[in-house]
This record gives sequence, C-alpha cells and structure tokens, in this order.
Amino acid sequence: MKTIEKQADVLIIGGGAAGCFAAITLAEEHPGLSVLLVDKAGIERSGCLAAGVNALNAYITPGHTPQDYVDYVAKDAAGIVREDLLLSMSEGLNEVTHKIERLGLVILKDEQGNYVPRGWRNIKINGENIKPILAHAVRLADHVTVVEHVDVVDLLKAEDGRVNGAWGIGVNDDAAYIFSAGAVICTTGGAAGLYRPNHPGAARHTMWYCPFNTGTGYAMGLRAGAEMTTFEMRFIALRCKDTIAPTGTLAQGVGAAQVNARGEKYQAKYGNTTSERLYAVVSENLAGRGPCALETHTITEEQEESLERAYLNMAPSQTMRWWETGLGPRTADVEVEGTEPYVVGGHTASGYWIDNGRATTVPGLFAAGDVAGGCPQKYVTGAFVEGRIAAQSAAAYARRHPQAQADAREAQKVLAHYFVRDGAEAENASLFTTDDLEEAMQQVMDENAGGITAGYRYTEHQLHMADQHIRRLANLSENLRASDGYGLMKIFELRERLLVCRVLIAHLLARRETRWHCFAENLDHPDVDPHFEEYVNSVYEHGEVRILYRPLVHAGKEAVR
Amino acid sequence: MSIAIEKGKCIGCGRCAEACPGNLLVVHDKKASIRDSRDCWGCTACVKACPVDAISFYLAAGLGGTGGRLYAKDKPDTLTWELHLPDGQVKGITVNKRQANAY
Repeated sequence: MKTIEKQADVLIIGGGAAGCFAAITLAEEHPGLSVLLVDKAGIERSGCLAAGVNALNAYITPGHTPQDYVDYVAKDAAGIVREDLLLSMSEGLNEVTHKIERLGLVILKDEQGNYVPRGWRNIKINGENIKPILAHAVRLADHVTVVEHVDVVDLLKAEDGRVNGAWGIGVNDDAAYIFSAGAVICTTGGAAGLYRPNHPGAARHTMWYCPFNTGTGYAMGLRAGAEMTTFEMRFIALRCKDTIAPTGTLAQGVGAAQVNARGEKYQAKYGNTTSERLYAVVSENLAGRGPCALETHTITEEQEESLERAYLNMAPSQTMRWWETGLGPRTADVEVEGTEPYVVGGHTASGYWIDNGRATTVPGLFAAGDVAGGCPQKYVTGAFVEGRIAAQSAAAYARRHPQAQADAREAQKVLAHYFVRDGAEAENASLFTTDDLEEAMQQVMDENAGGITAGYRYTEHQLHMADQHIRRLANLSENLRASDGYGLMKIFELRERLLVCRVLIAHLLARRETRWHCFAENLDHPDVDPHFEEYVNSVYEHGEVRILYRPLVHAGKEAVR
Repeated sequence: MSIAIEKGKCIGCGRCAEACPGNLLVVHDKKASIRDSRDCWGCTACVKACPVDAISFYLAAGLGGTGGRLYAKDKPDTLTWELHLPDGQVKGITVNKRQANAY
C-alpha cells in the first residue's frame, strides 16, 4: 500500500460547516499558518449540508440578546448544558451570519434591509447552495490545502501525549495518508447509524442526520484519551412520516397544528420542549390515539402550491410523495414520526468536553460543531462560530508547537491487520460481512438501548444486555478484512460506531433518572432526580469506559479540567 | 430513496462521484454506477452535478414511490426541478437562487 505524507501548521479533520469555517478563519486571520483540510468526500456537498438547509435556526433577532438564547437552550435541555459554551457561541451568531451572507448566501430582507425573522431566533434564507458557497470560499483561501476522499481513521500522538497529526485511508486511491501538524481541529460531525433506522432495507439511509457521519471524531478522541460529555442526551428528530422531511415548514410556515387520529390537539398536555414534542407523539401512539399528523387539510390552494415548491427545493421526496400518491397536504394531513436516535452535539449536548476556547482535554486537539459537546442547538451558524473559536485557539497553539513528523507506526499496524491484497481473501476472512455486523449492532441498540421499536425506552437490564452484544460484535469486527480503500473505510466506520455505542450505553446507565423523555427514557428511574443536575462524562481507558460526574458550569465560569 | 443512472446518457465525467457525500458513485469504463443503492441519503447532489441529465432521483416503493423520476438543472442563477411521472406527465418548478424561501 502506497503511503502519502502531508504536513501543515493546523490540520482540520472534516470539511463540513465547522471545518470549512475554521479553514476560512485561519486563512483570513492567521495568514502565516499553513492549513490542511481533510474530508472523507468532496467538500462541495459533504456532511450535513449536502442537500442544503431551509433556514438559519440560530440567530439573535432584534430585541433579543445572546443570553436569551442561552436561557432558552438551557431550559429546553433541562439544565444539562454548558452555559459558558452557549454564551460564547450565541455571542458570535450574528457576526458569522453576516460573513456567510458576504460569501454569497441569500438571506431574506425587508425594505429596510433587515433580515426577516422566521421566529425569534431564526431567519429565512435560500440555503440549497450553502455548502458550495462554503467550499468555494475554502478553495479561494491562501495556504489552505484541501485533501478529499480521505477517511481519517485515528489521531497520532507525540511522546509527550499531545496530538500532532492523524492518519487515514484514501477512499479512491487506496493509499495510506499520514498527516503531521502543530495543532489538530476535529470537526467530523456526530454519529448516525447506531440504531436501526425508520426504513431498514432499500431505504435504510432515508434518515434525518447525515448517514456518512459515523462518529469518527468521537471514536478517535476516545481512543486518544479525550473526555466526552452527555452522550446520554440522544437526539431524535420529529419528522414527516416515511420521507423524514422536516416538519418545521408545515408547523411554522402554514401554522399546522399536531392532531391525533381523533382530531384532538394534544401538545399542551405534554409541554413544549424539543423532547416533549416528540414524547407527545410517542405517547399518543402508545395510547392508541395515533397516528399523529400535522393538520394541513385546512390550508388554501395557494398554500399547498407554496409548500410543494418549498419542499421540492429542500426535501424533494416530500413533494414527490404528494405528487406521486395524489395525496397532497390539502387532501391528507401529513403524518409525523420520530427518527432513530443519534449522538449529535449540534442539536443536543453530546461530544468532546471542551473549554471555552474549544480545546479538548488532550493537548493539541480542538473540537467544533456536532462533535463538540455541552452546547446544544448550535445548528449551522453555531457550528460556524465554534469553528472560528477553535481556529483561533489552534492557531495560538500551533505557533507554540511547530509541526514535527508524526509517528505512523500505529497506522501501519492497523492497516497490516485489516488490509489484504486479494478480494477473495478479504471475503473469506470473516463469516460475517461489515453490513451484517452493522445491522446486528443496529438491532441490538434498537431493541435493548431504546430505539424506535422500544418506544425509545430502556431498562438497566436491557442496557447491560446491549453492552454484552456490542462487545461481541466489536470482537467479530476484528475478523473483517478489505482489499480497497472503500472497504477499509466501511470496516473503520463500523468499529467507530461500535465504540460510540459502548460509550452511549455507559452514559445511559450512569444517568439514573429520566430528565428528557424519549432522549433518555429510563424505565427503572422514570422521574427527574435533582441529584443528577450534573454532567455525565466519560473517558475510555484500557478498553473500558470510566464514568465521571462533573458539577454544572454556569455562565462566566470555566469548566473544571 | 435512491438514484437511477441511465447508462446510455452517461458520459463518464465523474462529477457525480466528486459530489456524493458518501463516496457511493464510481466510474468504470466511462460509465458511472452506484456501489449500493440502499446507501443513498437522497441529498440529490449527484442529480444536480450531472451535466447530461443521466441521473434521476426516485422515491423508494416503501415511501410511496410510483416510479416517478426527478431531474434537476443546476444553473448559476436558477435551479429547475422536473418530476417525470410514469404516465408521461411532467411537473416542475424553477427556483430563483437569488430569492429566499417563503417559509
């Protein structure tokens, strides 16, 4: 296998919202530093923003303050947030919004030139091309080298314990890549594909979160000894049934209310936080009053046409479904359902335990976006802000720690294990395929760790069973072999997911309460317990997950390190 | 959800392979194909990237699909979507990229 070596002052792993913004920031504000941006795919459409985004959902509109946003998010997450991180994120939202507008994003404005709000904390845009806009800016940036179709597998560490690089595998050229850097920013996104999805089989990747975000950054951080936080606050999206298209356009756009099969509006019974809105649907279904739907049959013909247009541009499958079945929103209310659970720091709080400069607990490693924890509801603009903050911190660190050749022996060892030249040999090496083990993992998590078929609920007994199965599957995954870069990537992605599952199970076991319905619905402890007004953190040591409880951090105070 | 590639139209330019966020498209002998159609997210990046309308997006049978194919024409200022239904009917819209969403 060919080995390709590259060096830079700052290495950015992952070219999504946070990674691209970090690269742009470094190019503009630290022109003396060289930057490598590595992405698993091509940055024009990689990551969560591949299809675009239909609104910017984190923006401080006139009459509101960053603290208002912090207070709203803290309440929605029942207090388990890092107020310091939320505040520094919120304070940067409007600046990065103006920046992305200057880069070419179309934002709706009124006659006075002010952005038109969609709600008190979001604004209307044409976001179909947000990712090509970001990619274009990155490609124009000086001293930024973009390396694409390379799946970064693991971090590399110097003898003194700091991160000084990473290694990966070329998906198309089947080469090993060794990256050496003074500082590393991890922006790989969250983890999808842990649980059995809404549509196993032919449409298994019809899901809310990007199915190609496989928890890579969590896994490499865990293996490097980084502390993680709040994995147990899973995120489950409430979406249009089957197509998994967004519901916000129906709810906010035409004011459609949720109704059960009897036509009753049930939301007020359950509360209105993000998890309560989902819990309402799950509970109505369990009580035999489902299916639940957004009441759209009362809208006008003009509204229906506008909806068809809006969805065609952001989630075309919804409009296709309306047109192909002949059951448009005026004919049939739009059914809603919950997705499978995800681990994602941009919506809930799961991810790296970081300081306000977005430094992780491992020297030389910084984190931003969905992979960074403690700061829920950051969304796209919050990911930009975190990318910007991480870039500033990484730049300062890289100036103090010049790049030096990273030690790639560990990479060669791993590749020697999983890579074989001959395709037939790869197939014969294991009784099970990567796909088989992935499906088995998703079934275990679904049934025993609170997936869709379990109504998102679990018991401690079930979690222990899930843990045993995940360990078994992780052992089996060691028998897998591949003869090309894509096959190797699939094996590494499975192994990342299995590690994230183990840590997730440990976190779910550690929070012996039900603070958020559905997101962490513990049947052995069905109520909120004030003793758990603390963070559940973890480190991965000697092959085991060690849980740490940490006191809540309030605004203006730094987290305990 | 997945995509269909019409081999007769494909010119093997590889733009779809460059665009796919999942590295799912490969070009062999100047023709593109998808590694595993079950792995498509439905983002339509390849549909927009294809310069010769060889790639269309379809709704899986389990999601209510009836065999319609969705094509996209991505131009600097506009994006045109066209759904070709099995009965020959064509429905579509053109979105002005300079205009924001109404909702």
